[in-house]
Amino acid sequence: MNGTPAPDLWEELVTSALLGTDRRTPPASAPGRPAPAALLDAAAEAAVRRRAGLRPATLPATRRPEPAPQDPRPALPPAAARRLASLLADRPAAGAGRRGTAPDLMELLPQWLALANAHGYAPPAHLLPALLDAARGRTDLRPAALRFAGPRGLWLARLNPHWRFALRATPGSGSGLPAADDVEGTARLWEEGLFAERVALLTAVRQRDPRAGRELLASTWATERAEDRLMLLDSLRTGLGPDDEPFLERALTDRSRNVRATAAELLSALPGSALAARMAARAGSCVAMDRTRGTPTLVVEAPHECDAGMERDGVLPKAPAGRGERSWWLGQLVEAAPLGAWPARLGGRTPREIVALRVADDWRSELHAAWCRAAVRQRDAEWARALLGSPSAPEAGGPGAVSLAERAKLLATLGAEERAGWVAGFIAAHGLSEAFQLLGVCAVPWAAPLGRAVVDALNIARDAGSYPWSFSGVMGLAERCLDPAEAGRLNALLAVPDEPEDASPGAGGYWAEAFQRLVTTLRLRAAMTEELTAPMPEASAEATTTAAAEAGSVPSA
Amino acid sequence: MTEQGVRRSAEQVSAVAPDTASREAGSGLDEVVEQRTTGAGGSSSGSSSGSSASSGSSRSEAARRRAERRAERITAGCTELEQRLADLLRAGLAAAEQEGYGLWEETAARMVDAQAPGLASRVRELGAVPGSGPDWPVRLLEECALLHLLDQGWLGRERLPEGLAAAVRTRVGLPGRAQGPPLRDRWLVLAQYDTADARLTTRRVWLYGVASRRTALLLSYGAAGRAPDLALPVGLALDAEVSAFPGGTPRVALGERFGPPVACGARPEGVTTEGAAACYGEALRGDPWLESVPVTLGRVVPVPDGDSWWLADADADTALPLSPVARSRPGLWRLVALSGGAPVSVFGECGHRGFTPLTAWPGGEGEAVPVH
Repeated sequence: MNGTPAPDLWEELVTSALLGTDRRTPPASAPGRPAPAALLDAAAEAAVRRRAGLRPATLPATRRPEPAPQDPRPALPPAAARRLASLLADRPAAGAGRRGTAPDLMELLPQWLALANAHGYAPPAHLLPALLDAARGRTDLRPAALRFAGPRGLWLARLNPHWRFALRATPGSGSGLPAADDVEGTARLWEEGLFAERVALLTAVRQRDPRAGRELLASTWATERAEDRLMLLDSLRTGLGPDDEPFLERALTDRSRNVRATAAELLSALPGSALAARMAARAGSCVAMDRTRGTPTLVVEAPHECDAGMERDGVLPKAPAGRGERSWWLGQLVEAAPLGAWPARLGGRTPREIVALRVADDWRSELHAAWCRAAVRQRDAEWARALLGSPSAPEAGGPGAVSLAERAKLLATLGAEERAGWVAGFIAAHGLSEAFQLLGVCAVPWAAPLGRAVVDALNIARDAGSYPWSFSGVMGLAERCLDPAEAGRLNALLAVPDEPEDASPGAGGYWAEAFQRLVTTLRLRAAMTEELTAPMPEASAEATTTAAAEAGSVPSA
Repeated sequence: MTEQGVRRSAEQVSAVAPDTASREAGSGLDEVVEQRTTGAGGSSSGSSSGSSASSGSSRSEAARRRAERRAERITAGCTELEQRLADLLRAGLAAAEQEGYGLWEETAARMVDAQAPGLASRVRELGAVPGSGPDWPVRLLEECALLHLLDQGWLGRERLPEGLAAAVRTRVGLPGRAQGPPLRDRWLVLAQYDTADARLTTRRVWLYGVASRRTALLLSYGAAGRAPDLALPVGLALDAEVSAFPGGTPRVALGERFGPPVACGARPEGVTTEGAAACYGEALRGDPWLESVPVTLGRVVPVPDGDSWWLADADADTALPLSPVARSRPGLWRLVALSGGAPVSVFGECGHRGFTPLTAWPGGEGEAVPVH
């Protein structure tokens, strides 16, 4: 604002005031009035005149921002908008170890966003800053949060350097890519685009039409830089099929070792490829049935060298520190060999029978670990099932040949229901202490048998007298993943039980509190889902009043 | 307190609240005490209801004498303050920078003794000005000059028009009383926010009378760190009576309420940035110490400009700057997001430091969004 009436006079006044009227006579002096008072009189008049004369500045239209693009999605139902505001307002208190019975709202945000995106709602504009702040702090939230934030979120992020991450992340969200039938636009972006834009374009084209994607990549392959080739080649994972083999075979002779290794890995995921056949032959020559023993036994003869052919097919010759070279090579061969070749090689046995075979000379864990990696890479459910074994087997709970991390990966190759069933069986037999990682790969909400197994196990842990925070990981998962319909079954657990003699002091109360939080969270999730699924008619005046009163009672920032 | 801390609190104090939190807070505390004492007096008179009317008149006589004594002390305080300001100007403001807080704290304590809490908090704020960044001499001279004007106003209050005299009394820190006739209306809650100092939390609630088109201010207080009792939901309307404080301020006291707050589609009428600036200029006529006035900008777009922001008229090439304090608040981003580059209505406080947005409405349908 500009309105200083007499800048010269004012500046003179300021100078006199700064130096003191003893040293500098002020411009305004009145007869009979001491200099300081006269100076203050004049300054007061100037100050009030300046303030009273303030006028807006001139700001040409060219300086104004482009309006945000229209968001065609329907607005959130009012109740869901209020819910989002409360989820976003929940900041974990610093150093708070125990949450009491209050649900951890921030942890529900991913689910809420997934639901809102599934229904295709647009966010309320004024919640975008809080949404972007939340996504800034948690990278795992970003894809869903940015999708939900939509075009206005992106527009806003350009204005605030704190939200720059949104601009980097956007190419993957698919906005700004040419349409499927825009051949010219596609070619131009591929030729001239930034690297991230080109990766996004390749992924998008590949999703629509694997062949077109491959041809796009082949058109510039020879001129790409090595590190770009690696990333671009990786995009072929999407829609990988037998037609990709010739291109991948050529990439096996690439100048870059990393590109060669990736090409080999992709080829090994194609059981019908020539590379897979070569690997099958190599692996097959290392593993054989020993018919001379009483019980059928597998004998393993690891390779003695890593020859040029193996290296060309992606086998890394140098073993990591602490590992024998020969077992390192064997592992890579078995991992890359198609699993489908083993039954024929091993007397027509099924995967389950093969896994059950004795293995001579301590090779068992090496061989089984390699089969696990192969089952994960080739997404072979039958082998995964065989390697997982029975969930209630005693060795399933201990450190067997297959680690928990590998089990979790194997489970991911099974269907959701089968996965949940296996983990339920595991928990029923072995309790919760090892279950966290396995629960993490189960579909949300948990299937009924799995949910019951978890609740039963928590109940057993409580009766055993330990503190609930030994199970806080599983409790947190249960709050987010248990089917809200199970809430009713938990009511019996809310009471503080009589304390057994050997129980930890006060544990019963803490358990009741933990179960209370679980139930509250489940109810909240049920409400959350309902708000998003069934748009309410215009909220009643009473509901609006309460909600606004809540909002109004929050002290302002 | 670190220098940075001082600077921030100085800026908050001077810009969050238009006529500054602690100045009002000073009179507020006074008011709380005053109400408590009169309340006690009321109940004792109730218990001795049989006593004669003469005791009533002697009470009012006592009150008059008390008021006289207080006015005398304030006059003494003003005279002393004038002397201090003259000394300051004689030696120069540059010297004051070296003196630091001590000088001002001591003078403020003298004004508390003089029962002029309004003067005391103004004086205390002067101490923070030299640490408030570039151009501090300009701000310090302005504040000293306005303080001098207030002293002069008090010393010559008999010659002032009644409105201006009431403003002087309020600014000095004499508690006024809501005496206006009750005005019943549907009062739309425009904004609610708190400011706090070491002693007191001050809550401001801005109301807009849907029929009367008046903007009114409710003040309530809580002890330090505690929220004041009165809480009203922004965006809803309250059917109630209010009565005005003297001196032409927007301040009112809330009287009878005729039901709970309800949803209300009304919005305050908006003006252009030109109109808002003129509003502030007009209001200074009745109260030259006014930091800002409440006003609603009708169709404006937030426009970024380096680190600062403008609120630009959608239909003209004029714009008001956001006040320094509004630039650094998270609410700014809610306002920008709500606008999306399109016109919005913004209620806020418009003064010589710029515009401080408090509540905004989208261009089309939509609820009020707090943006402070």
